[in-house]
Amino acid sequence: MSTETQEHDPLLAHQFEDVEQQTDSYVLGMWVFLVTEVLFFGGMILAFILYRNMYFPAFAEAHQKLDWRLGGVNTIVLLTSSFTMAMAVWASQKRDYGKQLMFLTITVLCALAFLVIKYFEYSAKFEHHLVPGTNFHFDGQNQNGVQLFFGLYFALTGLHGFHVLVGVLVIGVLMFRVWKLRKQEQDYVPTELVGLYWHFVDIVWIFLYPMLYLLGGVHI
Amino acid sequence: MSAVAEPKTEKNYLNVDYSIKSWLTTLDHKRIGILYLVAITIFFMVGGFMALLIRTELATPQGDLLSSDQYNRAFTMHGVVLIFFFLLPSTPAVLGNFLLPIMIGARDVAFPKLNLASWYAFMIGGTLGVISLVLGGIDTGWTFYAPYSSNFSNTPVVWAIAGAFVAGFGNIATAVNFIVTIHKMRAPGLTWFRLPLFVWAQYATAVIGVLGTPVIAITIFLVAFERLTGMGIFDPARGGDPILMQHLFWFYSHPAVYIMILPAMGVTSEMIAAASQKRVFGYEFVAFSSLAIAIIGFLVWGHHLFVSGQSVFAGLVFSVLTFIVAIPSAIKTFNWVATMYKGNLQMNTPMFWAVAFLGLFLIGGLTGLFLSSLATDIHLHDTYFVVAHFHYIMVGGAIIGFIGGLHFWWPKITGRMYPESWGKAGAIMVFTGFSLTFLPQFVLGQLGMPRRYHTYPEEFQILHVLSTGGAYLLGFAMTTIIVYLAWSAKYGKPAPPNPWKAKGLEWETPSPPPTENFTYKVVVTEPAYNYHKDSGGHH
Ligand SMILES: [Cu+2]
Repeated sequence: MSTETQEHDPLLAHQFEDVEQQTDSYVLGMWVFLVTEVLFFGGMILAFILYRNMYFPAFAEAHQKLDWRLGGVNTIVLLTSSFTMAMAVWASQKRDYGKQLMFLTITVLCALAFLVIKYFEYSAKFEHHLVPGTNFHFDGQNQNGVQLFFGLYFALTGLHGFHVLVGVLVIGVLMFRVWKLRKQEQDYVPTELVGLYWHFVDIVWIFLYPMLYLLGGVHI
Repeated sequence: MSAVAEPKTEKNYLNVDYSIKSWLTTLDHKRIGILYLVAITIFFMVGGFMALLIRTELATPQGDLLSSDQYNRAFTMHGVVLIFFFLLPSTPAVLGNFLLPIMIGARDVAFPKLNLASWYAFMIGGTLGVISLVLGGIDTGWTFYAPYSSNFSNTPVVWAIAGAFVAGFGNIATAVNFIVTIHKMRAPGLTWFRLPLFVWAQYATAVIGVLGTPVIAITIFLVAFERLTGMGIFDPARGGDPILMQHLFWFYSHPAVYIMILPAMGVTSEMIAAASQKRVFGYEFVAFSSLAIAIIGFLVWGHHLFVSGQSVFAGLVFSVLTFIVAIPSAIKTFNWVATMYKGNLQMNTPMFWAVAFLGLFLIGGLTGLFLSSLATDIHLHDTYFVVAHFHYIMVGGAIIGFIGGLHFWWPKITGRMYPESWGKAGAIMVFTGFSLTFLPQFVLGQLGMPRRYHTYPEEFQILHVLSTGGAYLLGFAMTTIIVYLAWSAKYGKPAPPNPWKAKGLEWETPSPPPTENFTYKVVVTEPAYNYHKDSGGHH
């Protein structure tokens, strides 16, 4: 294999022999990273399921304090962003960088919309003293269980929101890169990797939304 | 390839650039390995100092050196520093980083920038840990059990948790890097069953790191969340369940024992093969036993909860599974002994360390079976028997494997030989000091001495004094080793490419290796440990 000439390929990092090896490595690396993310959220989801069984009436009562309409709107917003992200990957493979930038812009706007809606939801919880801690107040017998519900609600959605925020930053960097190099041929792999991450963030929400907002009183 | 290699004149990864900046911004896996080595050596000395503090206090039955509160902080910081900031990264991040790409004939790991980022994550985590120490140290025990760590501690717990959390991401990144590197970067001809067993062990370790570390991260995140917000996820007074914390913690922390011991087992396979000049007996079994440990190791965590109110049925299941996970370790041990049998034994320093590992790991493993039996565990739980058992695994196994590996590959890493007689003396002193420290603790535990107390009845003193004496010998031995290794890195005899006449790609490149690891294109045409053929003439 003529390593000498390939060293000069600007798209090929020095540790790889050829582009195929490089692409395979990046994609596998992303999947392994997503496995760690599954376990990261998994530990907390396990805690939620356990406490939901321990304090079923409290969790059923608490979930009514969440606005399923706002959560639903956010679900639609994220699903839309997943679609535009998939389109951006497609445009990148077609080397249509104008289209790619457009789809990435819509994706970022959706992500920001999600965060804004989440902000309104959070501030409503603050006003109603449903944030765990010294200001927490809830009338009735199920105080402890309700506080646990909201503790896990904030931990889970906060962590997910943090992932959305990271996604905004990463997509922003990607857009800048695509725009800067728009005149030349680009590797589609970075877009594909960001896409994988973004779909993962959406899928986490697809689990969180029914778990937190919808299933409150349903025995499973 | 074993042509004349003169480290002085040839360009290698060490003499290519001497500036501090070139080290702190390096993307070379070998240099990153050295960065880790320097960092963890400092943490090793901090944690070792704590150990001597603990043992000095325990030389007398009264609490005369430390108050009970200070004692709690000393043993907690001893555990936190040595587990999170020394043992977890030790063999993978130092020897793995240095050797893995060379052993598979690659120029570097798959993601060199991520590799450097891992080291910085580790350093930030370590700094946060040091801050918690400077602020007085924490008193929760290294396990961060709630409610010790949540409602009942006035110490800087969140700093230590943040440290372990951030350092954990360094470990995850290293694991991701290794998995991809082993899958995608192997040289042509290097099939999975031609890989050195060290690589198999690193692979199994990385799988555990990827599956386990995120769970401990989220667990201690929740503990910190509980402390900061005042909600009671693990606090029974506010509806939480402290046993859930223990389940989540050990779901990671039992497999974490294998993160520490598996790489040391990989080192041992390499040292024994080279010192016996023989292919490792039952290569496939040793390779698969690493994967078996990685998988079954995730199913045994409940043996830490036998007396925590876990149901008897769950206890039975976890007990049986724990016995089962001992089998792959036993397979390895038998195969190592069989490798030595009728081998052309070289009684060199690496062999001394390998034999020390075998003996101590055997005792550590067998005493684990006492603890996995439900009835005996009720008597032995939280006694010095447990303390002795896990130190046999973590020090007798993991640390001795790591130091042995450092000796074995030191000529490759530094291009210098250490004084052979000091190497052997170091191994003998560590073995003796270690045994003197921890053998008496099995007896203490069996007699009923609980762990984590700084005072004890008079009749235990003789055993405690023996243990303290051993600890001082061990401390002296470790200091000696650090001194002569550091000395030899500068003043030792120049090392040939293959001082042990060992097989493996790392022995075919100069000592120390060039930045790109090989000056030629690596193609592998023979199985691992191909000792019976004539040496020379491969690739
Ligand atoms: Cu265990």
